[in-house]
Amino acid sequence: MSFEPKNPVVKWVEDRLPITGMLHHALYEYPTPKNLSYWWTFGSLAGVMLVVQIVTGIVLAMHYTPHVDMAFTSVEHIMRDVNYGWLLRYMHANGASMFFIVVYLHIFRGMYYGSYKAPRELLWWLGLVIFLLMMATAFMGYVLPWGQMSFWGATVITNLFGAIPVVGDSIVTWLWGGFAVDNPTLNRFFSLHYLLPFVIVGIVILHIWALHTNGSNNPTGVELKDKQDSIPFHPYYTVKDLYGLAIFLIFFSAFLFYAPNYMGHPDNYIPANPLVTPAHIVPEWYFLPFYAILRAVPDKLGGVLLMFGAIAVLFALPWLDKSRIRSARFRPIYKQLFWVFVLDCILLTYIGGKPAEGAYIIWGRIATVYYFVHILILLPLVGLFEKPKPLPASISEDVLSKKPASEEAANA
Amino acid sequence: MTTTTPEEENGVKRRDFLYIAAGGLGAVGTAAAIWPFISQMNPSADVLALSTTEVDLEGIETGSEVTVVWQGKPVFVRHRTEEDIERAEDVDLADLPDPQPDADRVIKPEWLIMVGICTHLGCVPLKGQGDYGGWFCPCHGSHYDTSGRIRKGPAPLNLVIPPYEFLDDNNIKIG
Repeated sequence: MSFEPKNPVVKWVEDRLPITGMLHHALYEYPTPKNLSYWWTFGSLAGVMLVVQIVTGIVLAMHYTPHVDMAFTSVEHIMRDVNYGWLLRYMHANGASMFFIVVYLHIFRGMYYGSYKAPRELLWWLGLVIFLLMMATAFMGYVLPWGQMSFWGATVITNLFGAIPVVGDSIVTWLWGGFAVDNPTLNRFFSLHYLLPFVIVGIVILHIWALHTNGSNNPTGVELKDKQDSIPFHPYYTVKDLYGLAIFLIFFSAFLFYAPNYMGHPDNYIPANPLVTPAHIVPEWYFLPFYAILRAVPDKLGGVLLMFGAIAVLFALPWLDKSRIRSARFRPIYKQLFWVFVLDCILLTYIGGKPAEGAYIIWGRIATVYYFVHILILLPLVGLFEKPKPLPASISEDVLSKKPASEEAANA
Repeated sequence: MTTTTPEEENGVKRRDFLYIAAGGLGAVGTAAAIWPFISQMNPSADVLALSTTEVDLEGIETGSEVTVVWQGKPVFVRHRTEEDIERAEDVDLADLPDPQPDADRVIKPEWLIMVGICTHLGCVPLKGQGDYGGWFCPCHGSHYDTSGRIRKGPAPLNLVIPPYEFLDDNNIKIG
């Protein structure tokens, strides 16, 4: 299956820099489990969204001015005056939400099918690093329009670092470049917002490299045993991913053209005012679960630690999950716990968007405790006590044991 | 670093010294080269230059409050009523999360001057709201009393008193 170019120019290049062969191996002949479901499409969708964000971001930067006196107006200039500016900005703003939607589904997919287990721990870690970089990038991007939510979001989030004992205040001043969020802050956020996506590209390449080293996981969680278990990436999964992309783009377009501000916040159409905090400030929806955890603790440092801890524990998942069975399909108890965990995350998202008062506080605390109980206590215990269902001997056996219709499709 | 066995017998000390000296100097040089890139993010000279603000107190009526900007931050200048002052002084310090007598927070009791930034995560508290007649932070629900001390909610500390002095009876300089 080695790559032998027929075109003399490609061959000349290949003998000196085997890049075509590398791409051919990664995107064409890459042996992929033949039973991947559409849950495996979200990785490539995330890749597409990264490209969409970079392309729209580069052109938006051609019209945007990173200065406190002009940032807000320049964004309105993009919306009203620049050719297709409204489209490009709405693509970028909604694109960020779409990027998080597919990445969250991608992460939950990994948790359901145990994709983080040996030998894919580094693959999982690289994914979490991408997630962290995405959050930093999205946060700084949201500051750039310099509306009320931009300004106060920036203030609250940078103040989180003030919770660090002793050096907290110095770090916050250093982050701001002043004694409050101001022009120096906006400038550096713009610079870093432009930089980080390219860092993400680098980590994505490592992520794919690590993926291709041990191959994709699949719905059975059983490794590839022989040639019968795999099919080449092209045309089978290129086509499947393209179909998934088409459906996803319809979803994206529905927001983009019919509800472009649905996931935004009206207060961000008010220019930033350092002297007045909006009555109800909330972060973008994709930060809400972590915001809920932050607010669940009635102590500044404790809340900040728990919020960062919520992501830190995910790095330990490959070692906390004691079960050697990957896929939840064969883990009757874990399967149920997984869905409870998903509901818990949805509850945290809901609570994060509500004011911190009354019953919301109680529910926020219950959901926060459950988040950590699931990962730190239930996951290790279930792995020890659960009796898994029998695993299929191979992917082929699993596929062929299904009903005739799917058998035909698999043999086609 | 592992050293190979043949070199270990003669010249190992000399070689070790060279490794450590070269590595050490390299580390110091690298740190020195990185420093400007870290330091540039700290407040620049023009930001530091805006370090004082003068306020004319005349015209701020009893019971009212103005907000001035000092170092880019809101500063509340509150002309407290007799009742405000009484409420602030009449508090058992043991009840406070961050115990501080009212007298330590003012130069003249009728003038309360403090940085209007919630010590939780930096929002601007609203005056005349909350359970203690002082300020209330809408972001995460911290209540401050008429002396700007934290009474309830997630904020750990009292509202900060900036350094200020009375230039004369009606003028103060903050910073």
